[in-house]
Amino acid sequence: MADHLLEVRNLSVEFHTAVGVVKAVRNISYHLDRGETLAILGESGSGKSVSSSAIMNLIDMPPGRISSGEILLDGVDLLTMPAHERRRINGRRVAMIFQDPLSHLNPVYTVGWQIREALTTHGTDAAKAASEALRLLTRVGIPDPERSLSKYPHEFSGGQRQRVMIAMALALRPDLLIADEPTTALDVTVQAEVLALLEELQQETGMAILIITHDLGVVAEVADRVVVMEKGVLVETGTVREVYKNPQHPYTKKLIAAAPGKGDMHAPAARVEPVLSVHDVRKRYGSFEALKGISFDLMPGETMAVVGESGSGKSTLARILLRLDEPDSGKALWKGRDLFTMSPAELYKLRRDLQMVFQDPTQSLNPRMTVYQLISEAWVIHPDILPKARWRERVAELLVQVGLGPEHMGRYPHQFSGGQRQRIAIARALALEPQLIICDEAVSALDVSVQAQVIALLDKLRKEMGIAFIFIAHDLPVVRDFADHVMVMQKGNVVELGTVRDVFETPRQDYTRALLAAGLDPDPDVQAEHRAARLRRAS
Amino acid sequence: MTLVTNDSVILEEPSFARRMWRMLLADKFALCAVIFLIFILILAIIGPSWLGDLATKQNLRGRNAAPFDWERGWVWWMGADALGRPLLARIIVATQNTLMVAAGAVALSAVAGTFLGLIAGFSSPRVNQVIMRLADVIMSFPSLLIAVIVLYILGSSILNLMLVLAITRIPVYLRTTRAEVLEIRERMFVQAARVMGASKNRILFRHILPVVLPTLTTLATLDFAYVMLAESALSFLGIGIQPPEITWGLMISQGRQYLTNAWWLSFWPGLAIILTTMSLNLLSNWLRIALDPVQRWRLEMKGHKNG
Amino acid sequence: MLKFVRTRAVASLISLVGLLVMVFFLSRLTGDPAALFLPVEASAEMKEQFRELHGLNDPLLVQFTRYVGDVVTGDFGESLRKARPALDVVLEAFTWTLWLAVITMTLVAGAAIVVGSLAAFRAGGFFDRLASVISLIGASVPDFWIAIVAIVVFSVNLAWLPTSGTGSLLHWILPIAVLFIRPFGIIVQVVRGSMIGALSSAYVKTARAKGVKSGPIIFVHALRNAMLPVITVLGDQAASLLNGAVIVETIFGFPGVGKLMIDSILQRDFNVVLAAILVTALAIFVMNLLIDLAYALLDPRIRH
Repeated sequence: MADHLLEVRNLSVEFHTAVGVVKAVRNISYHLDRGETLAILGESGSGKSVSSSAIMNLIDMPPGRISSGEILLDGVDLLTMPAHERRRINGRRVAMIFQDPLSHLNPVYTVGWQIREALTTHGTDAAKAASEALRLLTRVGIPDPERSLSKYPHEFSGGQRQRVMIAMALALRPDLLIADEPTTALDVTVQAEVLALLEELQQETGMAILIITHDLGVVAEVADRVVVMEKGVLVETGTVREVYKNPQHPYTKKLIAAAPGKGDMHAPAARVEPVLSVHDVRKRYGSFEALKGISFDLMPGETMAVVGESGSGKSTLARILLRLDEPDSGKALWKGRDLFTMSPAELYKLRRDLQMVFQDPTQSLNPRMTVYQLISEAWVIHPDILPKARWRERVAELLVQVGLGPEHMGRYPHQFSGGQRQRIAIARALALEPQLIICDEAVSALDVSVQAQVIALLDKLRKEMGIAFIFIAHDLPVVRDFADHVMVMQKGNVVELGTVRDVFETPRQDYTRALLAAGLDPDPDVQAEHRAARLRRAS
Repeated sequence: MTLVTNDSVILEEPSFARRMWRMLLADKFALCAVIFLIFILILAIIGPSWLGDLATKQNLRGRNAAPFDWERGWVWWMGADALGRPLLARIIVATQNTLMVAAGAVALSAVAGTFLGLIAGFSSPRVNQVIMRLADVIMSFPSLLIAVIVLYILGSSILNLMLVLAITRIPVYLRTTRAEVLEIRERMFVQAARVMGASKNRILFRHILPVVLPTLTTLATLDFAYVMLAESALSFLGIGIQPPEITWGLMISQGRQYLTNAWWLSFWPGLAIILTTMSLNLLSNWLRIALDPVQRWRLEMKGHKNG
Repeated sequence: MLKFVRTRAVASLISLVGLLVMVFFLSRLTGDPAALFLPVEASAEMKEQFRELHGLNDPLLVQFTRYVGDVVTGDFGESLRKARPALDVVLEAFTWTLWLAVITMTLVAGAAIVVGSLAAFRAGGFFDRLASVISLIGASVPDFWIAIVAIVVFSVNLAWLPTSGTGSLLHWILPIAVLFIRPFGIIVQVVRGSMIGALSSAYVKTARAKGVKSGPIIFVHALRNAMLPVITVLGDQAASLLNGAVIVETIFGFPGVGKLMIDSILQRDFNVVLAAILVTALAIFVMNLLIDLAYALLDPRIRH
């Protein structure tokens, strides 16, 4: 057997929790060579991050416990090594970057200090560390590196923070870089840049990369080989192309099938009288212009997707349409009446027609209310919809309609999975029998396989009940199968507005094209083409 | 594609009371504290009617009788005070006043502070500012000194004592509640209620208050101990409860002049205060963990191991 | 940064004005001021003369303006008991209290931070449990009780330390030791809780992934972040020391502002009482400002 840089053998890790001992990973084995990139692919709860935490000795024990296995780095078992020796490996031979760089950088020290610390901890002298920190920051492409050294993490953008993390991790040229969901919180265009940077650096240093992700697109873009995990078990392994083209395990098949952006596109019906007509809506927060004059029409029973990266103003738009925030100027005519000038009494009536589904169902459902209370609250607030005697019956109906059962009525939100919670949130919105539902990133917090189910549910409701949707997303592929019209936003402006087919197939604006190009395709062959095209454009 | 969920990982969960009971069993210190507090509470309720006469009847022959005299009745086991009254009986009788003042002050300040905090956190910035400045004024008061003056001017009675202590503690609840409300009102489920058209009152009392309540419970438990100490300090200075009423603090004060030859006069009531405040502290620590869904596993894990 | 301090200072100043108003009404409206300010045995004539002299028969608003004017110029009237300006008497006593508070709080902060941090690092371990028990007892013990027990043990029985007064360094030991106990107990618990939070934070995970040693992780990475809530409690405790040393000062006969207050109240020296309240409040106001500054120094996010 060849000598691998890293080899994980029969690793099992368990955690003590309230419900007893949970086996986070069971008997998993994989290996990684120098210069190679291995992706661990899995959804939430798959245990995909556990083995990397074990490599870095980051598992808190208790409640965690490594019950079996070995982790060999160049043939030496890390798990039997004394703690002080393992500490010397961290940062020097194996380094790690994380999903959320803001919370993973110490908020009270400058980034220069934090990069220098990575060096001095392992014996570099202070002067050398200072010059190295400057070189590293320059290398990862932080603008004005000299001044940036004395800035604090909160003064950088999300993408820049991840670059700082990368500079810090690569300070001592480690043999192995572990990247735990490194681009999940980033915009697609920034994600592409960060992944490209990682690849460049890999070519420069010859390090191995272990990338942990839930995103098939990321796998297709960067990985050589992939390991698929489900509920703590390694279900499939192979080269990226093998696994994508010829998946063996049913879970892998399901995961690949669930990737969005492959179905038929909607052909919107002829435009009639709009149910909602928005004119020149503006909003500023202090000196920041969040919305710079937004106008669009929405037809009854139609789905309008609003797509944009962070800071585009898409969520502000949603909040303003729901009067959670007040606009500075502009009009929004709901069936001919201006939403923004309505009295509280009129607004109260309007709430029945206009509902919202939020991004994170964990946070949008009151944790101390049962499912029954959550859904029936709509009728407590609007008592004329339904007599109290019929509440139970109707809650049961709604639960069935969203794919849950009447028996779930007495339970609390935390007893459900993310996808189920979002179904409850949808049932709650339906309780008011609305004509328009605004979905603010309603599926972005969900696993891919669950995402597809929730979108299918929304599409079904649209067809059956004629509800119109404003569907806000940061990701173009997600809206492709679902939207009639797409509105692309950037920095408070509408960049492009058209039918879904026009926007996806013949985008007129550079920004839309850049967004489409930056999106990662789960098919490694398609993604390779994208990459080639991108390189051509760059040169 | 199927629309029925396939990830039905719905966890069965025991009732709230059962859960709390199990977590209490997991923390032996908290369990002892709770048992002790229940015991004290019973004494407070039945004490005065049960031992009232015995505790006030002077017995000049038994002045400063030493403790641990097993020959006499159990009420004499802790000795007697300068007027020959049995200390144990007096401590039991004093429980009622001591707890009543503290409970009254805590209840008043918690209700007022929480209410003001809810308003401050949920109304216009101007109202918020006014309330916060008011809290600042109270906080920058040398509170114990103010209490001294107010009690001196108004005269000290149980009610006045409660009021003064309550006023000085209002900012604690006000600030906590306001900070929590400011955070919770931005949470998604509050926004969701607003989108449904819920009234302000409904949002405050149905959505925000239940989330703040565990924190406030923990705080009030801790504050109960604080107020007890403050009351006994005032009584010790002679401006709290006045004789013939008794509290533990007053008993310490009365025993002070006999310190050198009869230490037990001040020692036992002091011990009663310490044990009670310590139990309250333990209970508060336990509540902080037991009511926090993020930390709860620590107790539940222990419970599983034990049972 | 400057703007931050300025807005905080203005806000606190408003509080101070509020206090001024309250103290005024407390002294004028809760009964006959003449009865409050004069000795009990004063005759009706003397009281009338007193009212005339101090303009107590003027409309309330006029009185208030005059009162504010006096206070702003530092004129709190005479101490009836000592026949000296009330402010001088108060400032003299306040210096003693300030020293007592500063020394005690320095010791408390140093000890509590070290003990709390070490307890948090091995949460659940032997040292943690020991620290928990000690801090629990410390936070639960009434200070006046400890004070008299300490007198019995150290001064009466062992005769190591003086019972009361000032004079030598030995006189400071018991008051400081007694004042130390409660804030120490409380702050150890806060430090421990805050440190446990900081030690389980994401940036500590990063530091561990970088291979940083335990020492710097506790005292460099986690501590500075954990200090933010601790500072608030330190401030509260220092404030309650400034006004709450009453009991300890009384028991140990320490000539601080607390003892002065009690004595003045019992002897109806109300000018001194009012001056003492305002001076203490001013001290707390200055201290709150320092706390805000410390916040800004520790956390760059507040500075911006």
